[in-house]
Amino acid sequence: MRLSRRVFVRRLSAAGWAIASVSLFASAWELLWYVGLANPLLLPPPHLFLADIPGTLQYFDRSNRVGSLATGGGLSALLVTAAWTTLRVACGLTLGLVFGTLVGALIHYIKIVRNLLLPTILLLAPISPVAWLPVAIFVFGIGDVPAIFLVFVTVFFAIILSTGAQIASVPRNYIHVARIMGADERKTFWRVILPAILPNLFMTVRLNLFGAWMVVLVAESVGVGAGLGQITSMARATFNARLVFFTMAIIGVLGFLSDWALRTTQRRTLWWISPNQGGLQ
Amino acid sequence: MSDPVPLRPSVAIRDVSKIWTPEGRAPVVALQKLDFDVAPGEFVVLLGPSGCGKSTLLYMIAGLEETTSGLIECDGLRVTEPSAERGLIFQEASLFPWLTIVDNVAFGLSIQGVQPVRRREIAIETLRRVGLGDMLDKKPDELSGGMRQRAACARALAMRPKILMMDEPFAALDVQTRARMQDFLLQIWRDSGASILLVTHSIDEAISLADRVVVFTARPGQVKTIVPIDLPRPRPTRDPRYHEYRDLFTELLEAEVERAFAEMEAV
Repeated sequence: MRLSRRVFVRRLSAAGWAIASVSLFASAWELLWYVGLANPLLLPPPHLFLADIPGTLQYFDRSNRVGSLATGGGLSALLVTAAWTTLRVACGLTLGLVFGTLVGALIHYIKIVRNLLLPTILLLAPISPVAWLPVAIFVFGIGDVPAIFLVFVTVFFAIILSTGAQIASVPRNYIHVARIMGADERKTFWRVILPAILPNLFMTVRLNLFGAWMVVLVAESVGVGAGLGQITSMARATFNARLVFFTMAIIGVLGFLSDWALRTTQRRTLWWISPNQGGLQ
Repeated sequence: MSDPVPLRPSVAIRDVSKIWTPEGRAPVVALQKLDFDVAPGEFVVLLGPSGCGKSTLLYMIAGLEETTSGLIECDGLRVTEPSAERGLIFQEASLFPWLTIVDNVAFGLSIQGVQPVRRREIAIETLRRVGLGDMLDKKPDELSGGMRQRAACARALAMRPKILMMDEPFAALDVQTRARMQDFLLQIWRDSGASILLVTHSIDEAISLADRVVVFTARPGQVKTIVPIDLPRPRPTRDPRYHEYRDLFTELLEAEVERAFAEMEAV
């Protein structure tokens, strides 16, 4: 009981500081506008871009179809648009984690795969995911897939390289214990190596989460024709600064929430690791 | 020892050598022509300067390393691969952090396909024996070093090993915990009836625990001599004979350590 109260107080104070921090930032901006340093057409302060929310929301569309005209959908359209963008990020991250781990493990264990794939992967890894965009559009056309693919690329190579390094650093004694107990290679991988490396792989995903959000917006503005990225790009094209900042605020909130969601998942599924500790012990 | 040597030793080490061949460097002879037996239920301590290859011998008996030449037999069968009958305990407990204590102890049984209810029963029973009956659902990092090492013993004991090997199991513990763990180990040894092979570089640990102490030379590791400890248990540290053993081992080891240093300087 005492503990939960302490936790409550700690959360309350964290929330208090968060509000104070955002308020300070907003007031500085408002002040710049008030003294005439921030042009409201270019840098509309919060009270302006949040003033006419229903008006702003009419630019959002419920259909997630390319080139469909905004249906003036209101709040539900905003939620649908945000959900589509989030879904693209989530799909890309999941696929990247699963396939990255798979390829990373194959590279680590099978010599011929390592010799054949690793040089190419080292060559492709430093290419910015954004540079893959044209390729994604050539191959997958306009739609959801190029955006998911770009998110996938953001984490895929990082996970491959991290998997190999992590497997190599699993304590030898863990593997010895498994072998003494009679585990074959497959059991050793699933029961010992995978749980030993999972916390660090998850950490790699978390570190690349913000990268994934950047990439998905670029992909949406060019290759999807729907989603928050497309709205930002349309707002820029139509010189609608209010809409730009409104969408930016939404993106900020979503990024924060998705990091929180990942941390929660990490706490639930990787219960033996304390939240800010990614590594092996 | 006055007992007659049994027909089938628990561990038979016959003319065993181990040579490491690191890539691009000269081969290193780690162990040379070892030849001794461990009787069933015997407590043997391997004592030697660090780097003499005594741990390597444990790994070879465990089946984790191959011998370069010679033969290791356990209960008359040649060692070719690891087996849960030959438990191995390391300096660090090496419990899996993603499993609770009880699941750590049940890990081997689960690999062997024992049913969940049954393996939990065995794990709980084993943990009670090592005095951790109320730590079942704790995480490994919630336990103290001594408790973790006991849990690691329980993990090995749950498989009912015939031989328990320990590679400097108490080296990372503080002095008080170490003394208590030695008593604990003697008790485990008595109830399990397993043979124990323990590696240490602590002379006191060797005298407190062993039936026989196998003293190793510096690299290349050879058996320098085998000394039976003819004292009743618990070992009387004030007994003059205890001190005689102490002096004997100190002298034996000092000669080896000096030789090892001289060799290092020559290189």
